[in-house]
Order: sequence, then C-alpha cells, then structure tokens
Amino acid sequence: MSKPRTLFEKIWDQHVVVDEPGNPAVLYIDLHLVHEVTSPQAFQGLRDKGLTVRRPDKTLATMDHSIPTTPLDVPIADAIAAAQIRKMEQNCREFGIRLFGMDSPNRGIVHVIGPEHGLTQPGMTIVCGDSHTSTHGAFGALAFGIGTSEVEHVLASQTLLQRKPKTFEIRVNGRLRPGVSSKDIILAVIAKNGVGGGTGYVFEYTGEAIRSLSMEERMTICNMSIEGGARAGMIAPDETTFAYIKGKPHAPQGQAWEEAVALWRTLPTDEGAVYDRVMELDANELTPMITYGTNPGMGMAINAEIPDPMRVTVSERPTLEKALTYMGLEGGKPLLGHKVDVVFLGSCTNSRISDLRLAAGLIEGKRVADGVRMMVVPGSQQVKKQAEQEGLDRIFRDAGADWREAGCSMCIAMNGDQLSPGEYAISTSNRNFEGRQGKGGRTFLASPLTAAASALTGRVTDVRTIME
Amino acid sequence: MEPFTTLTSRVVAIETTDIDTDQIIPARFLKTTTKIGLGKNLFADWRYEEDGTPKSDFVLNQPEVQGVQILIAGDNFGCGSSREHAPWALMDYGFQAIVSTSFADIFRNNSLKNGLLPVIVDEDTHQQIMSLAEEDPNLELSIDLASQTLTLPDGRQIEFPIDTFSKTCMLEGLDQLGYLQKQMDQILKFEESYGDRVNTLSPSSGDERRETRD
Ligand code: SF4
Repeated sequence: MSKPRTLFEKIWDQHVVVDEPGNPAVLYIDLHLVHEVTSPQAFQGLRDKGLTVRRPDKTLATMDHSIPTTPLDVPIADAIAAAQIRKMEQNCREFGIRLFGMDSPNRGIVHVIGPEHGLTQPGMTIVCGDSHTSTHGAFGALAFGIGTSEVEHVLASQTLLQRKPKTFEIRVNGRLRPGVSSKDIILAVIAKNGVGGGTGYVFEYTGEAIRSLSMEERMTICNMSIEGGARAGMIAPDETTFAYIKGKPHAPQGQAWEEAVALWRTLPTDEGAVYDRVMELDANELTPMITYGTNPGMGMAINAEIPDPMRVTVSERPTLEKALTYMGLEGGKPLLGHKVDVVFLGSCTNSRISDLRLAAGLIEGKRVADGVRMMVVPGSQQVKKQAEQEGLDRIFRDAGADWREAGCSMCIAMNGDQLSPGEYAISTSNRNFEGRQGKGGRTFLASPLTAAASALTGRVTDVRTIME
Repeated sequence: MEPFTTLTSRVVAIETTDIDTDQIIPARFLKTTTKIGLGKNLFADWRYEEDGTPKSDFVLNQPEVQGVQILIAGDNFGCGSSREHAPWALMDYGFQAIVSTSFADIFRNNSLKNGLLPVIVDEDTHQQIMSLAEEDPNLELSIDLASQTLTLPDGRQIEFPIDTFSKTCMLEGLDQLGYLQKQMDQILKFEESYGDRVNTLSPSSGDERRETRD
C-alpha cells in the first residue's frame, strides 16, 4: 500500500507537471479567476510579449473591487475606477475570456461566484490574483492567491511555479453553542496562532465542529486562512459538499456526476497521514469573538478585556501600543458597550445568503439604533436576487439599513463606500488593517450575528444577550 | 526585470511588526492599470497628512533618508493582500532590498519576481542592525546576492537564505515565465492525459439565460 497522504498532498501530486530538483514545481491550474484590480498589468505583459491566453476555457473574469454598489443605471463617478473597468472589458474581449460584467446578473465578488456557479469543485487547483482565494478550499480544493506576475504566468501557460508548502491540521472538536458561528472559530484560530503563524503552511480544518458546518460556514473559515498567514485553507469534501454542488450550472451531470463524486470521495486525508503541525481547539468553549486592534490576530472573546500593553512582552509592546492608539482604545478595558458608528454586513467572508438570513433573523421587526449607519452588501447579484425573493431586503430596509448592489464595497473601500476618519465600524469582513475601510476608519471584525446585534444597540454587543 | 547582484546603501528602519500591504500601498491607489508611479504613495497614510503635506515625524519624510535603498522592518512584513502593487511601490520609491525576520508568503514571492530582494535575518541580527541604525543614521549595509551575505559596517558577514531558482533569476534578471515556457512540451503532455474539470466557456444548465438580464 502506498504511503498515507493528506488531502493537500493528494491534490498537489495530481497537479505536478514538472518537478526538477532545486527548482519550484510546475503546478497545473484547473481554474483561474480574474478581477479588475490585479490583472491589467498581467494582460499588458502578455501583449508586450506577444502571448495569448492559453486556456480561456479555464479562466473566468468578474468585477468586484472598484465597482460602485449604488444603482447600476448611474454612471461610475470615479473616472480612474471607470477606466479600470473598461480595461477589464477590453482585455476580456481581446483575449477571449468570459466576463461576468457590469450588467451581468452573475457578477459578484470573485470568491462568491466560483462556488455559486459550481465552478469550484473538490480536488481542483484554483488561483486568483487575490489572497482570499483560500475561500474555495472549503470544497476540498487547493486554492490560493497569487500576485500579478503569477496571473500573467497562469494566463500564458495555465501553470504556476510553486514550492510545496507544509501542512498544518487545525482540529476543531465539539460543537458551537448558540450565538457562536464559524466566523468566531476562525477569529479564535488567528488570535491564538497569530497573523504570521501559518506562513509556509496550508491549513486543513478537521474535527467534529467543522464537519457539522454548512458549505457557506466552511467558506467563511477557509476565507480567513490567509489572515493566519497560510496560503490556503482546506476542508475535506463530504456529503455536505456534494449536496451543495449538485445542480449548480457548471456541476457535472448524469454519469459525469457519479464519476466525479466517486473521485471526490478518494480525496480526504488517509488514516495515518501525518501533518507537519497540529493545533486543537474546542468549539464548546468558544464565545463570539471580536478584534480590538489593527490586524486580524488582535482578537478576543467579546466579553474579554483589551490586552494591556504593559502586560505583553517587550517585543509585542510597540505594535500593540500603535494599534490601540490608532483604534483610540485603552488596554485593560472591556470592548463591550463601546460605541459603533457603522455596521458593514458584506465581503467574501460573510455576504452569502445564509449570512444575510442570520442577520435579518435578528433584525426583523426592529430598528437599527439612531446614529448608526448599517450597510448590507450582498456578495453577488444572485445572492441579492435570492435575498429579495425571500424578502430580506425589506427587513433590512425597514430596519433603516442600506441595501446595496453586490461588490467588495467597504471591505476594501476602493469604490467610495468607506468610513470617515475616526469612525468605528463593526464589520463582517476579514481585515481590520489601519485605513482598510477608509482612511482613519477603525474596524472591529466580528460575525454577522454580532454585527446585527450591535447595529440594533449602537454598541458592541454580545449577541447572546439579545437572543430569545 | 533588472539583475540584482550587489547593493551598498544606508538604511531606513520601520520597527513595526506585521506591516500589511494596505499600509505599504493603500487600496485606493490600486485603480491604476500600470505599474509605474506608485512610489509617491508608498506608505501614504503614514506619510502624508489629510491635506497631502508630509508628516514631519514619519521616517520616510526625513531629509537624510532620501535615496536610501534598504528598508529594515519588523517581523512578518507584507502580510495581507496579494497585491503586487506593494513591491512595485517599494521599488518605484527606490528600495532594492527589505531586511526583516520574516516575510509573508505572497509578498515574498511577488518581490522576488520583481527584483526586490527580501533578506531574512534572525532576531538578534535584526535587533543589532536596528540599534546600530539608531546610533548612526549614516549606517551602511552591503548585500551580495551571489554569496548570500549581508555585511555590517564592522565587517561582520551574515548569511541569508534564498532558493537557488529565485537567486538565479534575480542575478540574471530573468522573468520566471521564460522557465514555464520552456516546459511547454511537458505541459501539453500533461494535458493529454488530464480530463478537464470545468469549462468556463460552456453554456451549462441555464447559465446563458441567466447571464442575459431579464
Ligand atoms: S470582499 Fe474584500 S477581501 Fe473579499 S475579495 Fe473583495 S476586497 Fe478582497
């Protein structure tokens, strides 16, 4: 019998085209997703070298980062963003790539639309010029973000030069308690392990708590693997995975479906396979999490006290002090009850239909607190449509929240959706870096439930205190 | 890309750890469709006041650091997004090498593909260089890529790691795409025995219908 292998190793082995000693491996790529911000220079590179896109049939483009989330019939006010969007359209036409463009009902955040169309499947290698490509690992795919030079490499060759990363099992035992969600799992993992803790590794999330999550909850976890420093995060495919993919537009059908599922069943990590590192976490002990600082590793239980710079190691002190100064917070104090100006429900971490349902369920029949601006931005136009069919838009609107077109929006604040200097936001996105949501803006990362609860009170709120 | 062989320069130190790419080049500057001109917005939010005037207390605004080509930064430099605009901005500003105890994966990859050298040193060395730089603003470091060494003013040489493939590409100024193109026969052979997983161009189960707006 051959040596037991992990999920990652199986996919890696299946995709290695060339592996010369001393050089990085040439890895074959099954799906290349492209968006407007990290691709123009790559297309220009092809043009300069007289190259074409080798496999347009394995490439899909969309627009998400710099597009406005205001009504679609209004022309784009930002001339530079408009030029970038036109460039994307032109590049896709010229190189024969399918584009879910501005007026496509399929447009959306690149990591939302892949799974939505059944393009994201177990066992695949998936790349995109975007670090949150790790999201697709929830399906048991090897998916990671690449730079623009690498985008050019994949466009030109459908392969990528890669050094084999190491494996890191993150085992989450037990079950989540009410009010605690998959976002809290990943925030807890990163708080424990640090933002650089996964550098050089691919995470594989295992354990009872992970197995019991829905696909959308799994995507939330894999999405933030990069915030823990890992290139990719993966979850072994199972019945939940297959049920989610079945019937999606690009899912295999009929006999091909049966064959695909049979293949996918061979992917999970073999009994006895060894990971390079392991960490364990108990879901039963988790509470809702929130970040207090300026990187996703600066997170804590929502009812905990903000760390005191005088009580951390000397080497950690300057960075923590800088973060708290930026955030206008004091070490040793609780964050519960702190005022909130803006609530952002969106981003590739938490903008799928189940996220919107969770938040709407809490908000239904209530009002967003006075003085709080709540923005709800669906992850794709399809999510938006689905939510509207279910009447979720009404619930948000009636509560006083702003219901927008799909896109990255205030997750990255490139499109005009942004915080004002000094404002505090609870955000369901993935990055609380200085200025990420607008220059001078201050971000608390949390789950959709925590965000919704805090929208109702205008304060950082433990959702468990307001759940019936 | 330009070959990188040796470099001798004064240094700029930014002590902060986990400097993310949103600090290196804030997202609002990513609407560009070229690589050039990003240097003026390097560290924009740390560097400029609201009205665009330089912040007097930020290190890059000190007159004596102008023209410096080596940046020393805290651990896990370049974490966050995959934007290659980060190395483009650092290089456009004039940096040729970054010294830190560790780098985020994607940033490091991106840098190596652009001729920006990430130099990894251990914590002790890092602290020493930091304090030396504090004592002597004119401190100069020398980097020799071929021998993978960083030389301190007292003559002490520190070896740093880099994989041979990236090193060769940097020394010779080679675009890594060239290597992939040389493997095209192998790639074609691989594809022959490899069933396609998905076809993004295929109209499947009502996909087209949904793509036209109703
Ligand atoms: S939603 Fe945010 S994190 Fe996700 S792809 Fe868009 S900008 Fe990146």
